[in-house]
Amino acid sequence: MSADAAPTELPQHPETFSKKDFTSDQEVRWCPGCGDYAILATLQKLLADLGRNPSETVFVSGIGCSSRFPYYMDTYGIHSIHGRAPAIATGLASARPDLDVWVITGDGDALSIGGNHLIHALRRNVDITILLFNNEIYGLTKGQYSPTSPMGSIHKSTPMGSIDRPLSPVSLALGAEATFVARTVDTDRKHLTEVLTAAHAHRGASLVEIYQNCVVFNDDFYHEIMDRDTKVINQIPLVIGEPITFGPDGEKAVVADDDGSLRIVPTAEAGDRIVVHDPSRTEPTTAFALSRLSHNPTGPTPLGIFRQVERPVYDDLINAQVEEAVASRGRGSLEELLSAGSTWDVA
Amino acid sequence: MQADHPDHDPSTVPDHDGGTPSPSTRPTSNVRLHGAVIRFAGDSGDGMQLTGGRFTSESAVVGNDLSTLPDFPAEIRAPAGTLAGVSSFQVHFSDQDIHTPGDEPDVLVAMNPAALAKHLGAVASGGTLIINADAFTRRNLGKAGYDTNPLEDDSLHDFRVHEVPITDLTLRALADDVSEGLLNKKEAERAKNMFALGLVSWMFSRPIEPTVEWLETKFANAPAIANANVRVLHAGHAYGETTEAFVYTYEVPAAPLRAGRYRQITGNQALAYGLVAASVQSGLDIFYGSYPITPASDILHELSRLKHFGVRTFQAEDEIAAIGSALGASFGGHLAVTGTSGPGVALKGEALGLALATELPLVLINVQRGGPSTGLPTKTEQSDLLQAMFGRNGEAPLPVLAAQSPSDAFYAAFEAARIALVHRTPVILLSDGFLATSSEPWLLPDPSTLPDIDVAFTTEPNTPEGFVPLLRDPETLARPWALPGTPGLAHRIGGLEKDARTGNISYDADNHQAMTELRHDKVKAVAASLPPLEVDDPDATDDGPGADLLVIGWGSTYGPIRGGVDQARERGHRVARVHLRHLNPFPRDLGEILHRYDHVLLPENNTGQLRMLLRAEYLVDVVGHNRVTGQPLRAAEVAGAIDDLLGPRDPVADQRTDPQEVPA
Ligand code: SF4
Repeated sequence: MSADAAPTELPQHPETFSKKDFTSDQEVRWCPGCGDYAILATLQKLLADLGRNPSETVFVSGIGCSSRFPYYMDTYGIHSIHGRAPAIATGLASARPDLDVWVITGDGDALSIGGNHLIHALRRNVDITILLFNNEIYGLTKGQYSPTSPMGSIHKSTPMGSIDRPLSPVSLALGAEATFVARTVDTDRKHLTEVLTAAHAHRGASLVEIYQNCVVFNDDFYHEIMDRDTKVINQIPLVIGEPITFGPDGEKAVVADDDGSLRIVPTAEAGDRIVVHDPSRTEPTTAFALSRLSHNPTGPTPLGIFRQVERPVYDDLINAQVEEAVASRGRGSLEELLSAGSTWDVA
Repeated sequence: MQADHPDHDPSTVPDHDGGTPSPSTRPTSNVRLHGAVIRFAGDSGDGMQLTGGRFTSESAVVGNDLSTLPDFPAEIRAPAGTLAGVSSFQVHFSDQDIHTPGDEPDVLVAMNPAALAKHLGAVASGGTLIINADAFTRRNLGKAGYDTNPLEDDSLHDFRVHEVPITDLTLRALADDVSEGLLNKKEAERAKNMFALGLVSWMFSRPIEPTVEWLETKFANAPAIANANVRVLHAGHAYGETTEAFVYTYEVPAAPLRAGRYRQITGNQALAYGLVAASVQSGLDIFYGSYPITPASDILHELSRLKHFGVRTFQAEDEIAAIGSALGASFGGHLAVTGTSGPGVALKGEALGLALATELPLVLINVQRGGPSTGLPTKTEQSDLLQAMFGRNGEAPLPVLAAQSPSDAFYAAFEAARIALVHRTPVILLSDGFLATSSEPWLLPDPSTLPDIDVAFTTEPNTPEGFVPLLRDPETLARPWALPGTPGLAHRIGGLEKDARTGNISYDADNHQAMTELRHDKVKAVAASLPPLEVDDPDATDDGPGADLLVIGWGSTYGPIRGGVDQARERGHRVARVHLRHLNPFPRDLGEILHRYDHVLLPENNTGQLRMLLRAEYLVDVVGHNRVTGQPLRAAEVAGAIDDLLGPRDPVADQRTDPQEVPA
């Protein structure tokens, strides 16, 4: 829109907004106990705490249980079609860089039918925050295996076990050179809040994989990393600037092999080879190696921010070209455009 | 030469040994014609598109009316010398108002045997052939499928043949450049298209100065190349002047075009400009999401150079992202457009349904090409009309309109944007491969006469209880358009069925019935804003129609239909004509018009898609004339179809032969 035609200059709202202002009047229809509730509540509170304005916030989703999310936020929103939310959000963010654009998606939506849009939104570094709810199952269609289900998973469409190798959303995002990639879990409110705060603050595309429990079709798939007894040995917390160790008393450590891959060894044997976590490394190589430590949350699994780097943002670039063209050529005149090139007059 | 004008006798083109011109024309060395059709044909690497384009520009300078038809292979470089690698450019120029690139070329320039083999069948009997004799080697003849050399056997005896050693003369003209090392032999040889252009320009009394200037500008950074091309252009011109092979030259005076400023324009260019005009008149910047596809990519190229109009072009990762991104931009308040061809429309279907369900303005341009599947990427067809009408899941009606000529694409694009923005709906605009690349002179409109497009964003709650996203305008049934960022109007839209009042998700049975009907009514409401159809029926009186037959058409058949109707009238037929811009909804007076006439003929570049719709809608026995050869219809075949319905009116018509097909 042209500068004088519509509200690119948004009015500043002195008032602050509460969690309630981010909560729509629609009845939430997820199954009781679904992990989506915790994420919804956390985000509604977080946006209020961050002083965001619901009128300047947009949620774009695809299709799946998680994609009902926009209906429950009292912000602008589009519940779109399967897999296409990153593409729609790309157009919206490019046209309206003044808006705070979020994408809500799931493992089927983002990685199966919408895989193409996801990687391209990430490599372009569009200023959007993508929350990928990974429950390793198709919930809305009632329980088929998904592109993140482990091999051998027995579900409705795989009575003899799935034979597809799963994708790691974090590895995929790093392969697409996403500038912000993180992993967190639905019910760890503190960790979820921290990661979402960082993702939201990041300029450019952020991808946050959120392990989300589907109580109906894949209950407690993340038992190993969330159960009181096992989580201490299976959560690998990624703390910026700290050597990566985990387990009771930090007895395990992550070290680098000569071939660039990472390995878990007893800390006592690690010596000075323990990898210090630094998500700001220019190349995504180490972050990628870190993402290969786990394929599913069934053993030691890194949680936190894998990568966080600065790179030019697509929305800035596309609009800068327009501004540059206007600055160097003047705002276009229809008369000049039509009569440009060779014309001739008939008397 | 002027097929559209029977007062001209084709025998005015003298043969190469100076045969006597017909007594009806002045036997001087310069013969005045109403018009002519020239086809330049050669290998893809021979520069025929450029040659034809330059000849067109020279003819524009003379003031002729013009229509062009480029035809090139889908492969970027098909094997040299083969039939598959032939590229051609046809130009029709006239001292009268013309509408088609011409049915049959009067002059064929054939740069190699394959070009001759492929295009000879299209040339009018008695037509002139200018042949690069140097290319007729045993090897090239073999590649073109000739067992014997057509220049040596009797097979061209029906034509006036000029064998010219074009390659040799080009190399001679540049011998010094090559010996001085300014050019290598290959570069020198590449200038041979300029020889052909110089010769044909001389033959038709076209000025070559504009081409000299153009070459000097284009090759400003390579003066050796510019110089070589200019020299060869002059050599071709001089060859005509000095050899005795050509006894006559021809002149086609200026056409009585309406006064004003003109430019040459292709359909793709005009589409892009029409969108920009709609952007200016609505105050909304364009967001163009597109994925490269033939023959639509030039719209993307054109718009990407117009960023100073606030245009954002987005080359998406695929067709779905192209429309998805545009839809996102539409939600954000931009004039959203996505351009593609048929295969891309197939991919965009689901997102188009979302645009319809969310009632967001969006223009989808389909530059149609031959199908199904990948089909004929560089050839024209009108076979996506039913896809535009019905190619989505569920009952998903949306407005459909079509451009009818290259310059008309400007107005069609403007109209598509108007409907989309005012009626809050996706709109499909149909163009095709013929319109996309062919060109004609365009009388430039005065931009100050273009209407404003009132978008009327909603900025305040529209009920005391707050913002209701589906509270409709009673006339247009359009919903309010409130942009993200507007305080207090936050709302959610989506693809699930919505409650007709509140916009909340609803699976209610009666509501779905009501919403389905509403979506149909909303498209029908567009008809209220359409002007009455213009029926061209010269014999009509206040008492009723004058014609026995109505010829109806849509899209790029406009030119051939006008030409064919003119021919039929000259033969004494009483024929009326109407052309549809709007295909959904149909204009409100269409049914009454169709019922007025005893016969209705509908020529289409498909097997009868609009015919099916008209028959279903109006129970009228519409008769089709249908051809799908990847080429536009010809005026003569439309006239022939009129004869078939009304019976021949004069002896000329009896001699009509079936249209010749261009050999594949
Ligand atoms: S099916 Fe699973 S993911 Fe879907 S709402 Fe129920 S619990 Fe949540």
